[in-house]
Amino acid sequence: MAFIPHTPADVEAMLARIGVPNIEALFDEIPAALRVKSLAGIPDELNEMEIGQLMSERARQDGRPLCFIGAGAYEHHIPAAVWAITTRGEFYSAYTPYQAEASQGTLQLIYEYQTMIASLTGMQVANASVYDGASAVAEASLMAVRSNRRSKSQRILIPTTVHPHYRKVAVATAGNQGLRFEEIPYSAGEGVIAATSLAHHEGEDIAALVIQQPNFFGRLEDVDALTDWAHARGILVIAVVNPTSLALLKPPGSWGSKGADIAVGDGQPLGVPLSSGGPYFGFMTTRMEYVRQMPGRIVGRTVDLQGREGFTLTLQAREQHIRRAKATSNICTNQGLLVTAATIYMSLMGPQGLERTAAAAHARTRELLASLGRLQGVRLAFPGPVFHEAVVLLDRPVAPVLRSLASRGILGGLDLGEYYPELGHAMLLCATETKTAADIERYAAALGEVMQSARAA
Amino acid sequence: MSKVPADLKYTKTHEWLRTLPDGSIEIGITDHAQHALGDLVFVEVPDVGRSIKAGEPCAVVESVKAASDVYSPVSGEVTAGNPQLAGAPETINTDPYGGGWLMRVRPAAGGPATELLSPAEYEKLQQEEGD
Repeated sequence: MAFIPHTPADVEAMLARIGVPNIEALFDEIPAALRVKSLAGIPDELNEMEIGQLMSERARQDGRPLCFIGAGAYEHHIPAAVWAITTRGEFYSAYTPYQAEASQGTLQLIYEYQTMIASLTGMQVANASVYDGASAVAEASLMAVRSNRRSKSQRILIPTTVHPHYRKVAVATAGNQGLRFEEIPYSAGEGVIAATSLAHHEGEDIAALVIQQPNFFGRLEDVDALTDWAHARGILVIAVVNPTSLALLKPPGSWGSKGADIAVGDGQPLGVPLSSGGPYFGFMTTRMEYVRQMPGRIVGRTVDLQGREGFTLTLQAREQHIRRAKATSNICTNQGLLVTAATIYMSLMGPQGLERTAAAAHARTRELLASLGRLQGVRLAFPGPVFHEAVVLLDRPVAPVLRSLASRGILGGLDLGEYYPELGHAMLLCATETKTAADIERYAAALGEVMQSARAA
Repeated sequence: MSKVPADLKYTKTHEWLRTLPDGSIEIGITDHAQHALGDLVFVEVPDVGRSIKAGEPCAVVESVKAASDVYSPVSGEVTAGNPQLAGAPETINTDPYGGGWLMRVRPAAGGPATELLSPAEYEKLQQEEGD
């Protein structure tokens, strides 16, 4: 099926009707100086066969390394049925429905997705998704400033234990809209938000506090105490959570005595392959009292005139096509295809399946840390509870070690030097349920060898 | 023809004003406006204590087919937002000049900055807009 419904004859007829010689003439009001003359640096088009060959070649360069990197994107087992169903013709569109109510199946799927995400996070209402975890944090910050009627400020406290990319995207997206992001340092010995650094902000007018759980270092924050601290001061709480971890950890809706106000995260762990960094999707939830400040599409269930069940986009007055410049956000879409995969993934796994996945990832990570802990020159940076990620410190620069591991087919972790230079020779590593005991042994042996040979050299 | 009570003042953007005995001003949207919007489903009124400027959007009314800002015809401080509207926004449809009031403002010295219309002038405006 052609995706552009107009035939050349249609286009001709329309141009003739409005008295314009060609399509190009429709753009003549754009000053010549602003027009791009050539697309230098953009290669010529490739056909399907050529693009397939190029991608196979690139994939060969990647190889099939054993991956111990997490840092926001996690390798999980994806049941074969997930993408077999997702890529069926009835579902296979990346796009949000624009003739929404004509697509009842898509709307039902989004409704089921919203219900599952709300249940997983323990929140009252979810939207149909946003671009990714980072954009979800940016949107949540804007939303918190609109929602917090006790605060007149546009200040957001964002601890440095929040993913560095999320912080960067939040500043890039919301910084120009007047929001001020103020970083909260972590406690050096523990890798969690330092209570003393919050005390520093006592008595100030602040719109929201962002709390990532597990945090970027894999550590568990004291979410109950942090949430209650914020609420006692009229500060809203934005939770940033890993959906897999919620099968084991307390959901944001139950943090502290009132629960988080907005909960977001990256949905990639729910059936979306790593695929070189994306596309992923972001999920976004809140309490009913703030739903009109939430961006994005929301699907509701209703009945038609004959009393039959149906699905519809709801609360659309928040969105661009109704409110124009005063919409809650420029987001008027969702990550349709990835949400489809996630919904099927959650349906197949069920609460028990997700819990077993989370428990296995946690167990593998503990085994990994125990194995690495026996090596000379390797130690844990932050003792204390983790989910499936942790920071280890080496007695030498990390980058050459990671290169040596890569030459042995192992992605050993993320070098934290660029993001947290104060930590010294630190790397972040992760083991999910996909890592076997043999994989962990192979990694520990390789790391031991690399450290040994470097010592000998 | 929509109702245009004779004892009120009006704006070109379809708000009405009533001067209360204590000198504060009650503000709402006109019968014509509620009719044009259709069934209201949500109303957001300003917080008490907020200081607003004439011409500034200070409330939101949302119906099944549109959402629209309400502009304050006067500068001053908000002394009340109608608490009933959160639970019963349809009051604006049924009683736009009574129970459907949006907010009360204590006007700042200097009086209203936006041009106010008499009932007759507002009726004329409605006719021009094709009521």
